[in-house]
Amino acid sequence: MRYIPTTEKDREAMLKSLGISSIEELFNDIPEEVRFRGELNLPPPQSEIEVLNSLRALAQKNADLDRYPSFLGAGAYDHLIPSAVQHILDRAEFYTSYTPYQPEISQGTLQAMYEYQSLICNLTEMDVANASMYDGATALAEAAILACGATGRGKALIARTIHPEYRQVTQLYLESRGLEAQYVPYDRGQVDLHSLKNNLDEDVACVLIQQPNFWGLLEEVEEIASLAHENGALFIVCVNPISLGILEAPGNYGADIAVGEGQSLGGPVAFGGPFLGFFAARDKFIRQMPGRIAGATNDAQGRRGFVLTLQTREQHIRRERATSNICSNQALNALAATVFLSLIGKEGLQEVANLCLQKAHYAYRKIVSIKGFAPLFPGAFFSEFPVSTPLPPEKINKALWERGIIGGLDLKAYYPELGPAMLFSVTEARTREDIDALTQVLEEMANE
Amino acid sequence: MNNPNEVPLIFEMSSPGRRGYEYPDCDVPSEKVTDLIPSRFLRKKAADLPELSESEAVRHFTQLSRLNYGVDVGFYPLGSCTMKYNPKINEDVAKFAGFQRIHPYQGEETVQGALKLMYELEKYLCEIAGLYRATMQPAAGAHGELTGLMIIRAFHRDRGENHKRQEIIVPDSAHGTNPASAAMCGYRVVEVKSNPRGGVDVLNLRKITGPQTAGLMLTNPNTLGLFEEDIVEIAHIVHQAGGLLYYDGANMNANLGISRPGDMGFDIVHYNLHKTFAAPHGGGGPGSGPIAVTEELEDFLPVPLVSMKDNSYYLDYDRPKSIGKVKSFYGNFLVMVKAYAYIRSLGAQGLREVSEIAVLNANYLMRQLQKDYHLPFDRSCKHEFVLSAKKQKAKGVRALDIAKRLLDYGFHPPTIYFPLVVEEALMVEPTETESKETLDRFGEAMREIALEAMENPEILKEAPHHTPLRRLDEVKAVKELDVNWYKRNPSSAM
Repeated sequence: MRYIPTTEKDREAMLKSLGISSIEELFNDIPEEVRFRGELNLPPPQSEIEVLNSLRALAQKNADLDRYPSFLGAGAYDHLIPSAVQHILDRAEFYTSYTPYQPEISQGTLQAMYEYQSLICNLTEMDVANASMYDGATALAEAAILACGATGRGKALIARTIHPEYRQVTQLYLESRGLEAQYVPYDRGQVDLHSLKNNLDEDVACVLIQQPNFWGLLEEVEEIASLAHENGALFIVCVNPISLGILEAPGNYGADIAVGEGQSLGGPVAFGGPFLGFFAARDKFIRQMPGRIAGATNDAQGRRGFVLTLQTREQHIRRERATSNICSNQALNALAATVFLSLIGKEGLQEVANLCLQKAHYAYRKIVSIKGFAPLFPGAFFSEFPVSTPLPPEKINKALWERGIIGGLDLKAYYPELGPAMLFSVTEARTREDIDALTQVLEEMANE
Repeated sequence: MNNPNEVPLIFEMSSPGRRGYEYPDCDVPSEKVTDLIPSRFLRKKAADLPELSESEAVRHFTQLSRLNYGVDVGFYPLGSCTMKYNPKINEDVAKFAGFQRIHPYQGEETVQGALKLMYELEKYLCEIAGLYRATMQPAAGAHGELTGLMIIRAFHRDRGENHKRQEIIVPDSAHGTNPASAAMCGYRVVEVKSNPRGGVDVLNLRKITGPQTAGLMLTNPNTLGLFEEDIVEIAHIVHQAGGLLYYDGANMNANLGISRPGDMGFDIVHYNLHKTFAAPHGGGGPGSGPIAVTEELEDFLPVPLVSMKDNSYYLDYDRPKSIGKVKSFYGNFLVMVKAYAYIRSLGAQGLREVSEIAVLNANYLMRQLQKDYHLPFDRSCKHEFVLSAKKQKAKGVRALDIAKRLLDYGFHPPTIYFPLVVEEALMVEPTETESKETLDRFGEAMREIALEAMENPEILKEAPHHTPLRRLDEVKAVKELDVNWYKRNPSSAM
């Protein structure tokens, strides 16, 4: 076995030093009735080249976005990734280490964590951020749980305009803990403010919204913040980090906790994972935050260094009284985000947000001018938009795929009440040519 | 004095006007932003991100990487974390565009390779654990625990017993995530004691198990690295009381092809693909924590599962009893790719050899060290073992000091102060990917440190001496909390 250095000679020497004649003797304490005596039914071992070929064959059965333009978003976005990002992630000192329990030999990871936290704070205009969560959905769920603990209240109001999978995860987390999840309906694609107002009572710990929402539309965040705060509830916003190159930061419109999916920051769509949950909050919540936090300090000689801090919140110390059970997180994805934001810089973030905005609006104008395609809702949007379609979306996507285009998301499974409708996402990675090819097919179908 | 090991913060290197990446020009007609988005939604002050050239950014992060220690640098016997070597081919295949660049909502017909990989990986994992079906959705071990507990709750609810079964039993030697996950799932945590041989105290278990018991969480071998000899009886007690058995798979590296949790009576198992199946730990993540369950619990698994119909794979959402979703999409897919490649590389015999050598290495090292360090449980261990620095403590030297001194010898230290049931614990997990020479060198360093503890304890208390930084002040880090550079440097915000 190429990953095991132990030779026959080593094995014998080791057995001899243990005073035994076979490795089997080391397993003598396993009761015979639970000892597995057969051979696992697995495919035979493969050499490196065989593994490479098997996996390549599987990969080639997938239609990847290098070959096909895609208009899917809905929580996983195809953005350009600077080449240098992967090269940094490939540094084995980063990717073959673990949680930096020994700061003296982990300053690379720790300083990168500190830089990441600072960048997330700056992006969201919040005070503190943790070192990462599993993804946007679990970050949102943990924010709701924090809010219930912090307010001593037992109910979260969740906008139905939030990503359906995020809602599902949040609801499951809350209910598992004996807390209540209640949905706030939408009106013309945005949170129904009237209904929100009516549902706010003294049991409500927090109001959860997404900005831009699942459909890419903008919510009236300031009004929602006031409503939540007037009622003593926390305001939790799930944001798209790229949009913050153009859209107001949640810290500037009253968010108490800002979370989101950080995959857009230097991560591939990767069939949905590994992604990056980011989690930022106001100062006063830092001791209730889940996850790792890196902090600056000094070493014994007064030099600047970084450590994991406020660890008494965490499971390895506090056990059942911990703020969360999270242990392994998405550190390497957080590193990717750190490298990505450092490379694109202040100007780059504004540029990429503007490119998404412009290209999405170009596609929007073209699509809604096609017969039978109409805007579903009137509100302003960032880089995604929903349209009602003259034909079943399945049929449209099939026709697009025949022309080598991965279409938009069929909304039927998530919002059946909308009738035939699709969600299109356009990032800076789509060219005008891609968009024109898309609309050409739509036009042909509309005219058939 | 200038410290060659101090890398400036990325913010301190910023110079307005520099950039490390250029976006293509806009190729569609542009409109004024305010014509597209009402001004009340727009950002008033741009995010003040650092501005650097590509080369400066690359150098910065490369310099940071050099202050780190990883498995590729040296021996990393961090107990319970299975820091084995991460094969490079697995990294290569996970970078194929066909894996990295596919969208989770693409039509199933366009991702048959990915679905097949998940389908087969599920089969392999079930075979390895002796269980029936598995979900790949959990992102890490602790996430798998939480998912497993949610399934336990759903199972009892389905039988109308949820209201009375509100307790989860965990051993006093359990990983911190076990009680934390149980609490996160709304359960009351009850501790079962360890017996003098380091296993679960069966009498105590019998006493605390009853109609209020939802389940027991256990790892086997346990966190002392010892096989639970009474596992059959333990399973019987819990099942008899109507509870379920949850297997914390952190220690699965001792069991591959040797003993299967399903055969031991466990109903739910989580795996750590980043431990047992050689996916790298990434500086803290991403991991992947699939869980496998018995046939009886299949219905409660999160949606979707990957199923097969008419020779093609599909995402199966039609599962009315499912707990729902614990994560967006399907899990940490690229980590699954690495674990899949690993299992395909090794096959059944290779996997068994992994566990055999992991156990041989641990025993070999344990016997080398037991003369100089107290060994609280003197029996053959599995893939890891726990020592106590009790002898050294008499000289004022603590487990922490020994760990810090090991850094001077060029090793990553073992896990310390865990499990809690051992005073001044040092938990050593060598893994199967280390050579005899490495084990010997580590043993020698440990023996020298034991000698230093007797003769010159100060050198340990002040260790490390040869690392980029000396011991760091964790108290100051809490008292003068500095976790956000911008907060300390508001003037930089232009």
